[in-house]
Parts: sequence; structure tokens; C-alpha cells
Amino acid sequence: MIFHRLKVGFHRLGSPPTFHKLCRILSPWLWAGFVACTAIGLYQALYVVPPDYQQGDSFRILYIHVPAAWQAMAGYVIMAILAAIALVWRIRTVEIMTMAAAPVGAAFTALCLATGSLWGKPMWGTWWAWDARLTSMLVLLFIYLGIMGLYAAFEDRRKGARVACILVLVGLVNIPLIHFSVEWWTTLHQGSTINLFGESKMHPSMLPPLIWMAIAVKLMFGGALLDRSRNDLVDQDRRKRWIRDVIGEEA
Amino acid sequence: MTVARMTALLRRDLRLALRHGGESLMPLIFLFSVIILVPLGVGPGPNLLASIAPGMIWVAALLASLLALEQLFRPDLEDGTLEQWWVGGTAPPGALVVTRLFSHWLVTGVPVILFAPLAAQMLYLPSDALPTLMLSLLIGTPVLSLVGGLASALTLGTNRGSVLLSILVFPMVVPVLIFATGAVTAAAEGFSARAHLGLLTALLILAVTLAPLATTAALRLNIE
Repeated sequence: MIFHRLKVGFHRLGSPPTFHKLCRILSPWLWAGFVACTAIGLYQALYVVPPDYQQGDSFRILYIHVPAAWQAMAGYVIMAILAAIALVWRIRTVEIMTMAAAPVGAAFTALCLATGSLWGKPMWGTWWAWDARLTSMLVLLFIYLGIMGLYAAFEDRRKGARVACILVLVGLVNIPLIHFSVEWWTTLHQGSTINLFGESKMHPSMLPPLIWMAIAVKLMFGGALLDRSRNDLVDQDRRKRWIRDVIGEEA
Repeated sequence: MTVARMTALLRRDLRLALRHGGESLMPLIFLFSVIILVPLGVGPGPNLLASIAPGMIWVAALLASLLALEQLFRPDLEDGTLEQWWVGGTAPPGALVVTRLFSHWLVTGVPVILFAPLAAQMLYLPSDALPTLMLSLLIGTPVLSLVGGLASALTLGTNRGSVLLSILVFPMVVPVLIFATGAVTAAAEGFSARAHLGLLTALLILAVTLAPLATTAALRLNIE
């Protein structure tokens, strides 16, 4: 019974008016959650957490850098799942969501690279290093840009979205390959400090703001994803009747 | 039936490549213009050139393989031949895609492998590393053709394919470049290159099995 209702709900999401309505209802909550979590997280990160014994206050950029890096990668996985759904079931709203995820993911990748570079200058003495993690992040940014460029290059946007979905899945195979191949230059960046399984190497007092910021970033990704999808949908369907009905309803 | 159709396509592609002799030589000419420009740019010192030779030859081979990609499927799309691959029903489209990629490799990859000794000599690559260079090109250039074919199929429906093409190809060939130049560098320094070549072969197997599937799917979408 529950399965049946889930199935019906899933299929209803394929209908543009239902999808539009859902986005409109969900997105303010996601943004509100983002603002609240960021407020808590940044307060703790800037005032509560003690300075690092070696890096002083400058380590605090970690609370932006690490969540952005996590989200850059998680965003790709979400986008790939959406792309698989879009290609298998040919649901137009999911195609639109996949394409809406790419610029958000690219923005987080760029944020991660920018904050990392700002952090690297005082700590490592250089803005950039040809290190495994940095390089794979840069390549990830180019994969995101390629997906966005491919989608934008088609006149028929539906076709563009479907072709770009294939590229998203190709990238999913490609990213681990890039990651492991660039590991061959083991270099400057430290290994992972936070481990889900086993002991983390970070002092417990430094951890809570990181978790708050990670949640905040997830919520922001969701909010931006829904808003972007809704805008793209309205833009594509602007001459259709249901849009007039919805706008009329709102006015 | 399928094999006959594949041989026919291969013969047609090769014959076309021979008739357009000048165009088919472009990748090779491009490769050598890069190889000649490098010493002019960085200086003729043999030590410096020898140390950058593996990377330069591979980057040049990579860029050379991009040249012919724009025309890989487009003429066939424009005159309707590509649609016949699907509606003709004489052979599975995937088999024809593989044939086309193979002929692309024969025309752009094989000449680069054959002329690699000359390029290596011009950049003072140690002669011990030459067999490894040729072996890495033999394993690696088919990957370039497969990946390039995929990018070419993805951008087929767009008007400004060529800029996009290089952005799409670049992330996909990063591992190839790393392992191939790693192999040649290791050989030049007197180490065993087997680990690098093994990984390069793994990449080739992965590309051969997966890339034609994605390429066929992309072509199918683009002729809809």
C-alpha cells in the first residue's frame, strides 16, 4: 500500500504543475534551514572553537572549505542519480533537475578551489600546487563546465538535457579514474581527517561547527536546485497554459 | 551479414581517407609542428628536451587526435547515412560505431605511432625508452579515438561543436596522459614501466567496453 502510494507520488512529480508546486512549497523551508544552520555553524566556528595550536585563526576557513568540497562531490553523485532516472524513465522534470544541479555543483567546486587557494597561501606558501586532490577538484570543475556547456549548446533543450545526461553518467565512471590516477603524485594536501568509520583525527571541540556547516550546505544545495529547476521549467513552458493558470493563481 | 557490413564501412572510410590525402595527413603534420616548435620555445638544450620529451610527444599526439573528430560523424549525419545505420537493419548500430572508431584510429593513431621514433629522436629521448613510448602509444591512442568519438557523438547536434569537444575530451584523457607519460618517463630513467603500462591497458579495456555503448546512445539521441 505504502509502496503503491510512493509510486503514484513519484509519477505525479513528472507532471510540471505538481513539480512546480512542490518546489514552491519546499524551497523556502530549505533556505530557512540553511540560514539557521549557517548562523549556528558560523557562530561556533568563529567564536566558540579555540584557535589551532599551529595555524592560529586561519584554520577557520576550513568550515567553508571542507563542506564545499564535500558538496561538490556529493552534488555530482546526486546529479548522476538524477541523470540515470531521467534516462531510464524519460521524465522531463528530472531532466530539468539534473541540468539545474550542474551549475550549483560547479559553484561549490569553484568555492572549494578558491577557499583552498586562500588557505594555501599562508599555510603552504603557495596559491596552487599540482597535488592529487587539487588537480582532481580542478578536473571536476571542468567536467561540470562541460556538462553546462553541452546543455547550453543545443537549440532543442530537451534533447540537450538528454545528451548531457549521458555525459553526466560518463563522468561518474571517469571521476574515480581521475582521482586514482592523480594520486600517483602524492604531495602537499593532507589525507582525510574526518572518517565516518573509525576514529577521526580532528579534535572533538572543532567538529560541531563543521557538522552544522555541512548540513547547511546540503540544505542550500537543495534549495538552489529546486529554485533553478523551477525557473528553468517556467522558462521552457512559458507559453503553455498551465503556467498562465499558476501565475493567475498567484496574482 | 554484420561482418560484411562492417568490412564494407571500413573499406569505404579508408578509401575516403586515401582520396583526401591532405586532410588525412593533418594529424601528422600537426604533431611535427608541435615537436618542432617546442625546442624553439624552451631552448635546444638536450637534457631539458629529453626530460620533457615523453610529455610533449603525448600532448602533441592527444591534440592531433582532436583534429579529425569534428568530421567523424557530421558528414554522415548531414547526408542521412547515419540514420540508415538505424533503419537499414543490416547490422547493429553499435558494430558500425566500433568500425568507424577503428578506422579513425587507423587514420589518426597509427601514423603517429609509426612516426614516433622520429619525434623521439628530435627531442633526444633516450633510445632505451623508445620501445616503451611506442608501446604506450599503441595502447593509448585507441583510448584517445574512443573517448574522442564519444565527445564527437555528444556534440553532434550542436552548431559550435569544436570548442565544446576539447572541453569534453580533456577530463576524460587525464588518466591516459598520466599513465602513458609515467611509463615513458620510468623507462627513460631506467625503471620498469610495466605497472604504468598495465594500468594503461586497463583503461583501454574499460574504454573499449563502455565508450561504444555511450557513443551509440548519444548518436541515437542526436538523430531523433
